[in-house]
Amino acid sequence: MFSIALLMALQTVPADAAPAPHAMPGEEPVAAYAPSNANAGARAFAGDGMAKAFGGQAGIRRIVDTFVNRNFADPVIGEIFANHDQVRLRRTIFEQFCFILNAGCDYSGRDMRNAHKDMGVQQADMNRIVENLQFAMAAEGVSFAAQNRFLSKLAPMRGQVVER
Amino acid sequence: MPAFMRRTTQIATILGATVALLPASAHAQDMRHGGKLVLTNGISTIEGASGGGLTPWATIAGNSTKDGIGVQASATVAEVEDYDFRSASIAIGIFDRVEVSYARQMLDTNWVGGALGLGNDYKLDQDVFGLKVKLFGDMVYGPSALPAVAIGAQHKKNLDGAVVRAVGGRHAEGTDFYASATKLFLSHSVLASVTGRLTKANQNGLLGFGGDKSDAYDFHLEGTLAYQISRKFAVGGEYRSKPDKLGIAREDDWYDLFAAYALNRNLTATLAYADLGSVATVPEQRGVLFQLQAGF
Repeated sequence: MFSIALLMALQTVPADAAPAPHAMPGEEPVAAYAPSNANAGARAFAGDGMAKAFGGQAGIRRIVDTFVNRNFADPVIGEIFANHDQVRLRRTIFEQFCFILNAGCDYSGRDMRNAHKDMGVQQADMNRIVENLQFAMAAEGVSFAAQNRFLSKLAPMRGQVVER
Repeated sequence: MPAFMRRTTQIATILGATVALLPASAHAQDMRHGGKLVLTNGISTIEGASGGGLTPWATIAGNSTKDGIGVQASATVAEVEDYDFRSASIAIGIFDRVEVSYARQMLDTNWVGGALGLGNDYKLDQDVFGLKVKLFGDMVYGPSALPAVAIGAQHKKNLDGAVVRAVGGRHAEGTDFYASATKLFLSHSVLASVTGRLTKANQNGLLGFGGDKSDAYDFHLEGTLAYQISRKFAVGGEYRSKPDKLGIAREDDWYDLFAAYALNRNLTATLAYADLGSVATVPEQRGVLFQLQAGF
């Protein structure tokens, strides 16, 4: 009887506490880390201008979906993504973009250095990823000036993403 | 094939052979060609270096990143009031670090040649051999306060030494030294580039180097300011200050307004309105410049 109660207690504990960002249900767990918006690698834009330019959370979600789909299907860089947890990637990139665009999200993913560690991203791959993001933003109707403004937040992260 | 095109082809063959020897380095196992973002190799200057049309940028020619070797070639036609200008260039970009370039320039003097006693349609020719090294920084990535910075030299060989002496030029050969800083400020879609140049070239060297007024190196500023309208399209203006060393022919600073369009990953077309001021005694030389540039 006691052992059954203990078993039930053990099962319910994780259900009561919020799941840890490194081991979300439906995602492959990664090594534990301290979540912080600082991990997003850039400060958020002030005001709601950029969030509006990207169509709010709904627009950002569509952009991230197109962006992630294109990266996985890409003939050049697809293999970098092939063994990646697509569910986790989709969630954390959405959070990161949403946070930076000041569209009302917190970022719970890893910092850029750890997230890209040992992926072997070369400069040409990074440029390809930028082009896929440009395609996704253009498909959502984001103006080129606003696209570049957003990229200006991502461009300084190059050193944490590209190896060597 | 005109003589200057033939010479360009010869130089291209030599540069090509040089490149063929290069992969035997430590980078060999990682070699990867192409991959630059569209337009970030600039166009080709009339002197063969990558950059704007009139002034070099701290870019390395061709489409390759630090993991590969790229090539860039261009043909430029400028029709100003009383002269026709042509240039053809080729440049090799090695690991996005070193650029080796060659340009052949030709200035058709039309009626001015006759007035100067050279004969109508006399053509002035010049070879320009360039070397540029990117020291640090990046035009697109990294902190917005850190531009790409490069230094370079351009050795120019005027092939009309008799004309150079006749107009008061002191030398038929000369070398320019320059430093460039270039950054694409993504937050405003603005590209800014500044170059400082040590030179004694008269009209870019087409009228020789040094003159009766001075034979010293002068320091001159040049620059480009451009706005990126889309991934493939940019418009802007350029300025290039110039020496004034010949007593018989005042020399003015150069300006242009340009529109550059990437037709695809490998071809960029540029149309410009250029104001070259007074050239070889004839003032108000304004007109149109067109360039087709191929990058790989």
